[in-house]
Amino acid sequence: MSGALPGTGTGRRVWNVTRGLLLLCFGVFFALPMLALLDFSTKVPGTEERTGEAWSQLLRDPAMTDAITTSLLLAGLTVVGMLVLLVPTMVWVRLRVPRASRLVEFLCLLPLTIPALVIVVGIKNVYAWVNYLIGDSALTLTFLYVVLVLPYAYRALDSALSSIDTTTLAEAARSLGASWFTVIVRVVLPNIWPGVVNAAFISVALVLGEFTVASLLNYDTLPVVIVLLGKSDAPLSMAAALGSIIFAALLLLVMSVLDRRRSTRR
Amino acid sequence: MGPAIGLVPFLAFIGVFLLVPTVTVAVGAFQDESGAFSTEKVSALFEETALRALRQSLLLSTFSAALGAVLGAVLAYLILAAPPSSLVRRLATAVCGVLAQFGGVTLAFAWIATLGFGGLLTDLLADLFGLDATGSGWLYELPGLVLVYTYFQIPLMVIVFLPALEGLRPQWREAAVGLGANTWQYWTKVAVPLLRPAFLGSALLLFANAFAAYATAAALVSQGAPITPLLIRSALSSEIILGQANFAYALALQMVVVVAVVMGLYAWLLRRTSRWLG
Repeated sequence: MSGALPGTGTGRRVWNVTRGLLLLCFGVFFALPMLALLDFSTKVPGTEERTGEAWSQLLRDPAMTDAITTSLLLAGLTVVGMLVLLVPTMVWVRLRVPRASRLVEFLCLLPLTIPALVIVVGIKNVYAWVNYLIGDSALTLTFLYVVLVLPYAYRALDSALSSIDTTTLAEAARSLGASWFTVIVRVVLPNIWPGVVNAAFISVALVLGEFTVASLLNYDTLPVVIVLLGKSDAPLSMAAALGSIIFAALLLLVMSVLDRRRSTRR
Repeated sequence: MGPAIGLVPFLAFIGVFLLVPTVTVAVGAFQDESGAFSTEKVSALFEETALRALRQSLLLSTFSAALGAVLGAVLAYLILAAPPSSLVRRLATAVCGVLAQFGGVTLAFAWIATLGFGGLLTDLLADLFGLDATGSGWLYELPGLVLVYTYFQIPLMVIVFLPALEGLRPQWREAAVGLGANTWQYWTKVAVPLLRPAFLGSALLLFANAFAAYATAAALVSQGAPITPLLIRSALSSEIILGQANFAYALALQMVVVVAVVMGLYAWLLRRTSRWLG
């Protein structure tokens, strides 16, 4: 499609130049703030000199390392929680209760309509119980993060499940004497692995950047500490901000490359 | 009951961590501090402070959604010219995914590093043109918020609008050209009418996204509450003093209602789109 359809030679050339220029403008607009972060995190205030001090602080400052550990743990726990909650439910719905599929889809997509901010405002009583039963740890954020990643994880898993014949696979396994646990973990799961990987990557990226819930519940995750330190040690904050977004970008890029491998193999 | 019992863990989890908070907000908005029925908090939504924040929020969402939708549609069209499996396309979608969803804190800091005091562009403009780009601190007010929000709205538009653009079949253009249409006629009579529902739907999604966003604004504006999400923050943090918890409920309810209406319209437009472009 696009402007590449039959046209005169000059028209085509004008379009190509325009396209290049426009792409350049967008590129500058998106790259500039990231370059500014790099610039800010490496400069010695008041001089022209450069330093890697802020970047090496990332792994030495105790508040920062704690926050990074917390955020990575939360990301891992959220992925596990999301899979444990969603995979058996979605497989079960397909096999045994197909009439509930609209309900499950609706509930999974609901967090797109109920903003995280609203959930936090109303969560006080629930978290009083969570803290009473499990203890007061930043890791309890996992519960809310599973809710926040539901829509994205659901879509990834749903498209993977739609691409295989779940019913036949499950019936075959059941008729050979497999338990439901075996069906889900050893038969269905390996077949929807690409969807699982997609869901996991998106969840990790979302959790690492999540600020709203963590900051309003006063837990020190990476984004919260970045904002806290922004006032006392701006270069360190800037380095952490840039480092985390690059990490998330690499995750998503790896995911899309894995996706391509699969689609070319097919 | 039967097999439906397998859904209990899922339903219980969603019930506790999604539905209970939502119901708490909806009920709490109509209660006073002692828990009795009262419309006091909801009527406080129509007083000066809340109305001003709402107006600013709506302006911010409208401007950033309009800018994001138009520029994002253009960018999506430019990206589409590259073949689907090319590295450019992969890279562009991955970067868009990160910028649209990774989160506001990094983006707020990025713009502070760009246009804040001692920022990259601030210094550059001062050196080149003697301009004072930080000026009156506009970056931390509505114009600055629109700029920073647009920075994540454009990538979101690319993600949601690209599939619709991809659905535009080359055959339709060939058919139009074969019937004697020129490029202008093809765009105005065929492509634009086909894409309009998808475009409007995506713009609505952007609006809801901006209206509910919190992180960017919170990281950028540390004091004061120019927009509704930040007013919710101050209501939450001052609840001990003034019994403002229920006011936070009322504000949160207002936010759900606005977002739900917008998302409802979005779903309706999406259904109209999928008739043609799917």
